[in-house]
Amino acid sequence: MPKRFASIWFRHLLTDQKAIREPALKGKAYVFAEPDHGRLLIIAANEEARNFGAIEGMTVADARIVAPDLIVFDAKPGRNIKLLKGLAEWFLRYTPLVQLDPPDGLLLDITGCAHLKGGETAYLKEIVSRLRKIGYDIRPGIADTIGSAWGVARFATAGLIVKEGDHRNALMPLPPSALRLPFDLLIKLRNLGLTRISGFIHMPKSVLRRRFGKDMVLRLQQALGQEPEYLFPIREPVPYHERLVCLDPVRTRPAIEIGLNRLLEDLCKRLYSEGLGIRSAMLSWYRIDGKNGSITIGTNHASNRTQHLFKLFFIKLDNVAPGMGIELFLLDAIHTEPVSDKQSQLWSSRGGAETEEVAELLDRVAGRIGAAQIHRYLPGEHYWPERTAEQHADLRKAPESEWRTDKPRPMQLLDRPEPIEAMALTPDYPPKLFIWRGQQHVIVGADGPERIEREWWLDPGEHRDYYVAEDESGRRYWLFRSGHYSAENNQHWYLHGFFA
Amino acid sequence: MLATKEDIISKLRQDMIRWEGFRPPVPGTSGDLGLGVLAKSFPNGVFPTGAVHEFISSSPEDTAACGGFISGIVHQLLSNGGACLWISYTRRIYPPALKLFGVDPDQVIFVDVPAQKDVLWVTEEALKCEGVAAVICEIKELSFMESRRLQLAVEKSRVTGFLLRKDVKKINTTACITRWQVRPVRSKLREGMPGVGQPRWQVELQKIRNGKPGSWTVEWKKLSFRTIETLPVLTECRRYA
Repeated sequence: MPKRFASIWFRHLLTDQKAIREPALKGKAYVFAEPDHGRLLIIAANEEARNFGAIEGMTVADARIVAPDLIVFDAKPGRNIKLLKGLAEWFLRYTPLVQLDPPDGLLLDITGCAHLKGGETAYLKEIVSRLRKIGYDIRPGIADTIGSAWGVARFATAGLIVKEGDHRNALMPLPPSALRLPFDLLIKLRNLGLTRISGFIHMPKSVLRRRFGKDMVLRLQQALGQEPEYLFPIREPVPYHERLVCLDPVRTRPAIEIGLNRLLEDLCKRLYSEGLGIRSAMLSWYRIDGKNGSITIGTNHASNRTQHLFKLFFIKLDNVAPGMGIELFLLDAIHTEPVSDKQSQLWSSRGGAETEEVAELLDRVAGRIGAAQIHRYLPGEHYWPERTAEQHADLRKAPESEWRTDKPRPMQLLDRPEPIEAMALTPDYPPKLFIWRGQQHVIVGADGPERIEREWWLDPGEHRDYYVAEDESGRRYWLFRSGHYSAENNQHWYLHGFFA
Repeated sequence: MLATKEDIISKLRQDMIRWEGFRPPVPGTSGDLGLGVLAKSFPNGVFPTGAVHEFISSSPEDTAACGGFISGIVHQLLSNGGACLWISYTRRIYPPALKLFGVDPDQVIFVDVPAQKDVLWVTEEALKCEGVAAVICEIKELSFMESRRLQLAVEKSRVTGFLLRKDVKKINTTACITRWQVRPVRSKLREGMPGVGQPRWQVELQKIRNGKPGSWTVEWKKLSFRTIETLPVLTECRRYA
């Protein structure tokens, strides 16, 4: 299929945008100016200002003479790029491949896109009329090469859609500036009397190269399609990608759900046939007022089940703000992985956390409260109680060592040991009674001490002597004394846990 | 004639139990969870799996005791496979201790819910999931309506749920099939031996649908429950929900 490119030229990008933002300026002459060698130069003027004769390149002082009521705004550098980026996102509804073409244009790869709107004429008509309704004055051009589309959009007087293979003829009557040449070269060409491309298109390449440099030959060949030229789209195309263009803007939740479901069905069908599943996916939406947004989901196991993925999106669907209406949904599978074979799972016995149902449940939970809140513990090779269980996020990782059961460990462990007042009759004996939170507990049975040394290479401090203590009503506690027993009164006793 | 009448009545009783959402265990699996004498209080003499059980705790010591008792039951439930979820908003459970009650800590998935209102959402989702064997949920308040949602979820999925209610201000009516209270009691060693013995609890079954409430002293020893016969405390169970 031959390539087709469109070039969109925003003739008055800055002033048009100003008029859209501030409707009160209608009918007034205004310009954007930027300082240049100690004076203010006009870089953009609206139609009223141009009627007065204030045009781009004029100094503001001169313009004020011809148009005394002229309003002057400071031009912010980089403003046009910012505007173009927003417009490029808007153009994604017409083609997935859009490139910025500074200072005031966009380049679209419309190969295979135009028939969706009923041919190139209807396609272009829709773009122009919609942008005109918004308030932008544009000139488009469609041709087989980027260079010729660019030239046609800016310089052709008629025939903005160049037929397939006809770009050479279309370039003939255009001035040399339609070839995207540097300014000094254009002056050179004009001085030589070459005011149209037809004047030098037939000259041999070697002659042109010798006279005007290799850039000129390259530009000419690119426009003619003899040298390749590539588009750098603003969005990297994702291999697994679905788009849904809504005929009417979608505003209601059920409609959004239907749209999402349809996208997922199409995407999952493709993934299923290739044995792949989604690990993370993104749904983006584009509103008719130019705003857009996206939500992202992630899964524990690669999945291509529509229902499950739909549920994950469903949890986050509250974040979709349709506003005046959404006209385009995009679904990207950002990260895919081969899915595990379901048949082989049927034969294995009911596993633990590895089964698909549990993985899907955890995906939903992670979607709601965040994946960081789901923990699994594996034995850590430490004696220090706070480090005996190590957190792991991976649900399939098998423990490398056994859980120890030789020492008593409490069912409930306090995050931070609570200080208690304890009284022991003999040094290194379990306490006889202790006071915790104002309540006195008389200890009737105790085991210990179990000395646990601190791992000095991890953190400094005293060792702990742990005791299992049972009070008179049968409540069992895990107490410890920090450091050695000493004659001084400052014994540091703590409560660290409760036994079952 | 008389025999047939008795037959009819017993059949109707069985039917009623079934209509109330209780299903007999699947043939081939033993419904025995090693609870011994306690099992006689349950409908059909089998611990009701696929139901929501409520545990009341008023102090951290009680919570630890409940945790031990629940882990002992979960130990049997997990022997058939499946996953176990422990859902909580302020978790103090110490994973290595679960091993002492027969549950592999690495088999349990801990979900720490930052906001209390999400606890019920996560619990309901977990109870609906058929790959899960047991769900333990630490929660504070539970209204009747919320408990009914959980009960309806398990009736379909046959997951066993344990609601561990901590710091309960007021005990209200819930749709849970049982209500338990587990308190630690003095452990006993052989005469003259110092130290602390095996975990021992006063297990009080305060409410059970289609069963008989009761109270027992239970000890956990060698990965199984042992009922201590010497302390028959049957007078305490007067509270019915």
